[in-house]
Amino acid sequence: MGEFNNNFILGCSAIGAGLAVIAGIGPGVGQGIAAGHAAAAVGRNPGAKSDVTSTMLLGQAVAETTGLYGLLIAMLLLFVKPLLP
Amino acid sequence: MGQGILLSGAADIDFMIHGVFSYELFGQTVWITTTHVCVLIVMLVIVAFCIAASRVVKKASDVPGTFQNIVELVVEMLDKMVGGVMGKFSPQFRNYISTIFIFILLSNISGLFGLRPPTADYGVTLPMGIMTFTLIHFNKFRYQKVKGVIKGLCDPWPIWAPINVIGDVAVPISLSLRLFANVLSGTVMMALVYALLAKIAIIWPAALHVYFDLFSGAIQTYVFCMLTMTYITDACTTE
Repeated sequence: MGEFNNNFILGCSAIGAGLAVIAGIGPGVGQGIAAGHAAAAVGRNPGAKSDVTSTMLLGQAVAETTGLYGLLIAMLLLFVKPLLP
Repeated sequence: MGQGILLSGAADIDFMIHGVFSYELFGQTVWITTTHVCVLIVMLVIVAFCIAASRVVKKASDVPGTFQNIVELVVEMLDKMVGGVMGKFSPQFRNYISTIFIFILLSNISGLFGLRPPTADYGVTLPMGIMTFTLIHFNKFRYQKVKGVIKGLCDPWPIWAPINVIGDVAVPISLSLRLFANVLSGTVMMALVYALLAKIAIIWPAALHVYFDLFSGAIQTYVFCMLTMTYITDACTTE
């Protein structure tokens, strides 16, 4: 019975990890929007390309954080297994 | 415990931190881990570079040789980066920012040389986040004085203060977690490729290495330093 319980918890942890990485959708959309606007900005003013690129990278990296939190939760659930007794 | 065929390589997945040896300190067991070893190797490389650089710079010539050129290039690039963001505050923080830039960059790239990147350990990135936090608040008190700090705390209204405090505390946590999670995700991905696709991982993982170790590592280094500089400049600026 104990083994069944542990396996059940592991399976649920895996499902939870899968659900947690859905958080990647948000940053994906956000980074895409940022890159699109940056491309438009470079098209309008090609001289400012390096400034636009660095600003875009900075903004994208900040936007990425929420997705990384989801990834961290997934990692914890899969490899640290905090829910196992 | 029956394991599926997909999991047959799962035993080889290895991206965790391992203990190298342990010793007793005041009744506590303290482990020297792979992270310590990798930090030490990165540090030795940096120190060797620094000794060579200082030797070259001491007898610098008007027509620079190859190594002097490289040193000048690195220093000029870092100076330009810090000066572009921090403006008149750049002379005080140039050394610190350049130091963490070189350290984080080499740490991230060390995955290429078979080390486990030290920045993929939260124990390495959190202290850097805390250093940034300390610098931000030290400079806030230094430039804005106590009055300015209290004014900044009660930004729109005094009732906002708890939220501003949470926002301040979130800065080092998000800074360090961003770096940590980015490097860790690359490490885990490479470990999965090498463990689960061991039979067909021949040459093409090099492309993944370029992305995860070089590109992602360089971007995250840049972002960490950029954000640190932005926050410190914000703290130094008085209205």
